[in-house]
Amino acid sequence: MAHNLQITAASPDPALLDLPWHVPLEDWPTDVLAALPRGISRHVVRFVKLSGRVIAVKEIGESVAYREYDLLRQLGRIDVPSVEPVGVITGRRSPEGEPLEAVLITKHLQFSLPYRAVFSQVLQPDTATRLIDALAVLLVRLHLVGFYWGDVSLSNTLFRRDAGAFAAYLVDAETGDLHQALSDGQRAYDLEVARVNIIGELMDLVAGELLEEDTDTVAIGTMLVERYEDLWTALTDEESFTATERWRVAARIDRLNDLGFDVGELDITTDIDGTTVRIQPKVVDAGHHSRRLMRLTGLDVEENQARRMLNDLDAYAAATDRQNEDESFVAHDWLTQVFEPAVRAVPRELRGKLEPAQIFHELLDHRYFISEEHQRDVPLPEAVQSYVQEVLRHRPDELAVLGASGLPDDEA
Amino acid sequence: MATVTFDKATRVYPGTERPAVDALDLHVGDGEFLVLVGPSGCGKSTSLRMLAGLEDVNSGRILIGDRDVTDVQPKDRDIAMVFQNYALYPHMTVADNMGFALKIAGKPKAEIRQRVEEAAKILDLSEYLDRKPKALSGGQRQRVAMGRAIVRQPQVFLMDEPLSNLDAKLRVQTRTQIASLQRRLGVTTVYVTHDQTEALTMGDRIAVLKDGLLQQVGTPRDMYDTPANVFVAGFIGSPAMNLGTFHVKDGNASLGGTNIAIPRAAVDSLAADDNKSIVVGFRPESLDVVPQGTPDAIPVEVNIVEELGSDAFVYGSLSRALGAEAEQIHSGAGDAQVIVRVDPRQVPLKGDTIWVRIRPGEQHLFHAGSGERITV
Repeated sequence: MAHNLQITAASPDPALLDLPWHVPLEDWPTDVLAALPRGISRHVVRFVKLSGRVIAVKEIGESVAYREYDLLRQLGRIDVPSVEPVGVITGRRSPEGEPLEAVLITKHLQFSLPYRAVFSQVLQPDTATRLIDALAVLLVRLHLVGFYWGDVSLSNTLFRRDAGAFAAYLVDAETGDLHQALSDGQRAYDLEVARVNIIGELMDLVAGELLEEDTDTVAIGTMLVERYEDLWTALTDEESFTATERWRVAARIDRLNDLGFDVGELDITTDIDGTTVRIQPKVVDAGHHSRRLMRLTGLDVEENQARRMLNDLDAYAAATDRQNEDESFVAHDWLTQVFEPAVRAVPRELRGKLEPAQIFHELLDHRYFISEEHQRDVPLPEAVQSYVQEVLRHRPDELAVLGASGLPDDEA
Repeated sequence: MATVTFDKATRVYPGTERPAVDALDLHVGDGEFLVLVGPSGCGKSTSLRMLAGLEDVNSGRILIGDRDVTDVQPKDRDIAMVFQNYALYPHMTVADNMGFALKIAGKPKAEIRQRVEEAAKILDLSEYLDRKPKALSGGQRQRVAMGRAIVRQPQVFLMDEPLSNLDAKLRVQTRTQIASLQRRLGVTTVYVTHDQTEALTMGDRIAVLKDGLLQQVGTPRDMYDTPANVFVAGFIGSPAMNLGTFHVKDGNASLGGTNIAIPRAAVDSLAADDNKSIVVGFRPESLDVVPQGTPDAIPVEVNIVEELGSDAFVYGSLSRALGAEAEQIHSGAGDAQVIVRVDPRQVPLKGDTIWVRIRPGEQHLFHAGSGERITV
């Protein structure tokens, strides 16, 4: 045979070879599929079981597949939240020798939720707002590293629970481009596309009765633009003040930390007589709290989850009167005496419902509620039992929500 | 509707010295379908993105109609990037899928319906307007996506390699559809592709770019019949033109024992940097197969015969008899290779040697130094 199947992958899983590449994706047997995706995509996409995990397989032109694979790898390398590419497969042929489309394979992001699944669950009233906030943060992060998306939308994004908020991940980079820096025109266009797409997607949810009919979809879409602009300004704006107000340098850094960003490089200029100081952040990195928690405990969690856990760590230090001790020793004890026993107390069969860090966050919320209810400080082990029985057990499994869970069938 | 004008528009990326687009002067007529084509890195996509407002213009201007849009935000330019957004909404009707952007823009319901109906008529979607997209075929869904751009009634459509993610069959189909749709709508369109066949089949006019510089702009016929330089000659046409650098002696271009008569005026126009050489180009269909011994015939050893039914092409090497000078000729098939169209009913066999001669008046002459066309 002159034409061979070619697999390009960073760390190929031999089990990939067992998948029926000689069959068009549309006709793959149900026993290899994890679920069928929802929505109408421009390409055929399937979720497939592979070595105990789930991968997403998308049929797409060969050059576009390689391009998207490279882009996703670059995004991963510079630490932008995005799905992880597994590889590209080309040279597919049917048994009759008909050439088949190339495929791009990505890892399914565990515990991630497509926006349709988020809306199909029992909703907190501000779910849409929280998704928009997450998307605004993602878009700012992408633009800071010079990534122009080209097709920003809720459906090209996956959401992970992040304490009381969501964290957004880029899923589809097909229309994207990595530049040295973006022009204002590129940012403005991405934002406008995002606004129109989000409103369209929300209108669709209204049409499908997944969202209240009187939802102001246009206002929610416009909110993305506002949230984005606010965050962009806070992160990149030049600020000037007189030399006597030098505390404002530290204040700016604190403000950025509060927003979850570290300052990698700050430009400070003074005029000739030294009376005016101008500062402008040049390099900012998201993940201030999650990086700090990682350094202290080795736990890799989302930003707001980390913020919550760091607060609990502070509370632990205060309660044990160890505020003056080396933080890393206290953190180690908190990890082994508080965090780990709590998440280990969750029965194994319930661990697919939420990520450990999210369970811990909800557990802290739960303890607060029942403590208030019982008018006493409920200790964590007791709170765990109550949380597992009364809350977690009744939650859906979110380890691998593939767009199919809890949704009414699309009417034809 | 409007014209589009690039007026010495230049884009230099930070940290680079050579402009990605260098003083581009280009005028697109009202309702015209203009294709920007060239190899990767030639500046075609950058030019389109400058028009869209996605790239800064470092010097020069861009006009849509009489309006200078050089510093206007993308969304205020009244242009539509077609095919950027494909996703159809499953719960919304086809009509709502096409018109939702107008609803966002706050247009009155009656006007939205009217514009959607007009677009649907052009796209052959009228009877599906009240259905859900799931009921449509793949091609129809694609037309709904086109409808989204049409209902906005922009001044200019922009398309950046819109067919690159389609498979070969759908690509040819969609190519024809886009071209005929554009003619029916009469909306000024700028289309970017790296594929010269797409350019030739779709454009009213084609602009060829290389290294950020506009090489030539003209109708597909102009580009094919009178390429302005060696680059355009080799880029436009499939299979590509054969091009050879010949030494000029006694009014002939000579290569080995072969002589090709060159018009006096062409010989006189040679410049110092041409070094007494001339580039002769001849398309595969400008060669006649002649008997051995015919004066000025070039011997070609047949490597492959590509039979296409209506046509047959010989991919051959210049015979070793020509010596090292054979290296001076090249074609789409490689160095020292030529492509010859032959009678599909009389194809030679692999390994045969055939003799071919350039048909009088069908040669293209270029300066060996600058690569520019010699007009005689």
